[in-house]
Amino acid sequence: MKSQISSVFNECKKENRPALLTYTVAGDNSKKKSLEILKSISGYADILEIGFPHNAPTADGPQIQNSSYRALKKGIKLKDVFQIVKEYKKNKNAKPCILMGYYQMVYRYGEKKFIRKCKQAGVNGLIIVDLPWPENKAFARSCKKNSITFIQLLSPTTSKERMKKIIASSHDMIYYISMLSTTGGKLKVSPRKILENYNKIKKINKSKNLVIGFGITNKTIGALKKSDGLVVGSLLCKEIEKSLKKRQNPVIKLNKMVKELRKKIS
Amino acid sequence: MKIKKGIPLIDQHDKNGFYGGKFGGNYVAETLKKPIEDLEKLFKKSRNDKNFLKERDNLYENYVGRPTRFIKLQNLSNHLGGAQIYAKMVSDANGGAHKIYNAITHAMLCKRAKKKYICTDTGAGYNGKMFSMVAKKFSLGCKVFMGIRDIERQKPNCDAIRRNGAEIIPVTSGSKTLVDAVSECIRYWVSNCDKVHMGIGSLVGPNIFVKICGWSTAQISRELKVQLEEEFGEIPSKLKLINCVGGGSSAYGFWSEFIDYNKNQVELIGVEAGGPKNSKLHAAPLSKNSKIGVLHGAAAYCIQDSDGQINKTESISSGLDYPSVSPIHCFLKDTGRAKYTYATDEEALDAFKLVTELEDISPSLEPAHAFAIAKKISPKLNSSDVIIINSCGDSLKDKDIIKKRLGNYSR
Repeated sequence: MKSQISSVFNECKKENRPALLTYTVAGDNSKKKSLEILKSISGYADILEIGFPHNAPTADGPQIQNSSYRALKKGIKLKDVFQIVKEYKKNKNAKPCILMGYYQMVYRYGEKKFIRKCKQAGVNGLIIVDLPWPENKAFARSCKKNSITFIQLLSPTTSKERMKKIIASSHDMIYYISMLSTTGGKLKVSPRKILENYNKIKKINKSKNLVIGFGITNKTIGALKKSDGLVVGSLLCKEIEKSLKKRQNPVIKLNKMVKELRKKIS
Repeated sequence: MKIKKGIPLIDQHDKNGFYGGKFGGNYVAETLKKPIEDLEKLFKKSRNDKNFLKERDNLYENYVGRPTRFIKLQNLSNHLGGAQIYAKMVSDANGGAHKIYNAITHAMLCKRAKKKYICTDTGAGYNGKMFSMVAKKFSLGCKVFMGIRDIERQKPNCDAIRRNGAEIIPVTSGSKTLVDAVSECIRYWVSNCDKVHMGIGSLVGPNIFVKICGWSTAQISRELKVQLEEEFGEIPSKLKLINCVGGGSSAYGFWSEFIDYNKNQVELIGVEAGGPKNSKLHAAPLSKNSKIGVLHGAAAYCIQDSDGQINKTESISSGLDYPSVSPIHCFLKDTGRAKYTYATDEEALDAFKLVTELEDISPSLEPAHAFAIAKKISPKLNSSDVIIINSCGDSLKDKDIIKKRLGNYSR
């Protein structure tokens, strides 16, 4: 059976546009609000990446760090993260959900139990930032057995040899990190160069859905639309921070922002 | 789980970088895989390269100053009764602590990798200071990541870092101490790994950083072995090597030559930071039985909550104030080769006071933790027992804290 993630990419391809993937942190700035945000943006987003926060993140820029700290300050636990996904998935038009975070959280929770809880909650995919290939082989296999897509990451530093091996052991979606950066950095590589690298990866295996993330904003997203999918995260986390500071409702603000992003790639 | 003889402990990992099958590893973002692989290759080549070793030895001889003294603390021995107490004065090393050894290796590797910039983390400020010194010597740009809480409490070392022309990047996230400084340094490296060489300041981090650091600080025990033979004509039959443990770089360096000895002959005692006497907070993951966690790229005993978040730590010594510890020390603990205990802030201060009153040495608050344990156990031993404490840092950096807590500080 085709995964829900694959079906979404197919739908988008039919519409001749990339899939829009959003990233927000579960529990930012409360359990209730983050669930409302997911519900509200899923009218325009195709896949929802949901961060499970950790307090020693080694690959995140300030926006996602702050988002995580806000959630942790409210006492968010992994069980709440699963609860949020479960609640969200009760909606009739729920989009595929990908949980994203650091291995320490999975390790502490126990790999098996973590995967089981993901499955129960309706999680469709997992990104574990600091569990690279080949160390992730066994974990990725367990995910697959449980019909969860384990998403491999590729970066500009990944050699072609290594890329081939990673792609060969990947599932139906791969994530390309656009540049040498933590999340949310300023795009220091031209979109043209990013697409050039993107096409090199696609050449290795056309059938894999390849998304681009890191540094994508409303200003740069249009230039990258010749791809299978685009991830916007830090921009959304920053918008939550901004609206909290101005005492505005982040749900409304994010809805508007994701609507605009979608427009730019449609 | 077993330690092999005749192989340096740092090299006893499997192909994925694990010691004893479960400690260490390489939990890093994909972006860092390649730079780490490059560094592994470079280090492997360099440590077998005669010219590299010649340059290093020359630096140890003429820049660090070697050997650092091995001295008997006769007054302390008399006062406590029991064992004969000695100190390995690693604080004699240029810059005032053992961190110089690791910094030199990293600067040499940075040069060979043809990179012009180097970055590192620091807690007590010693690692930052040593990196700033070698950066100046090797004409490298240098950034030192340091928690703002440590910037406040370790001013003398911060002044030295800046004097050497390095930049201190204040880290304001989380607990604002070493743990956050290391995270921020790794984040910086993720973004700049094409131009910048990163050196982690202790025996922690992804496997290659554990190896480089341990390979470097091992100089301490190479010197000590010779000095022991000069003093006793042999390795004493009842020897205790006491060392403070934060990340554990000085302890490994102090012990590495002695790990193959029977533990009844050479006992290895690591002393962690127990924190304030009446506080629940501490920085002693090994001796207070923390669970294994993954922090800064490696699996090791780590102070954390049930959900996996890293818990706050507390210690009077910035250099020991770290929630995790080297995978090497986890391995030494689980194999039973080393024993780990802790000393509280107050015990460390008392030991500092006693040692400085009786002897003409002035250990920083990190080794003061080791002295605290020597103080505790020596009276129960007899004169055939030999205790050696690694006095791995100089107290000057702690003058403000000591003045505040003990009323005065003189040097």
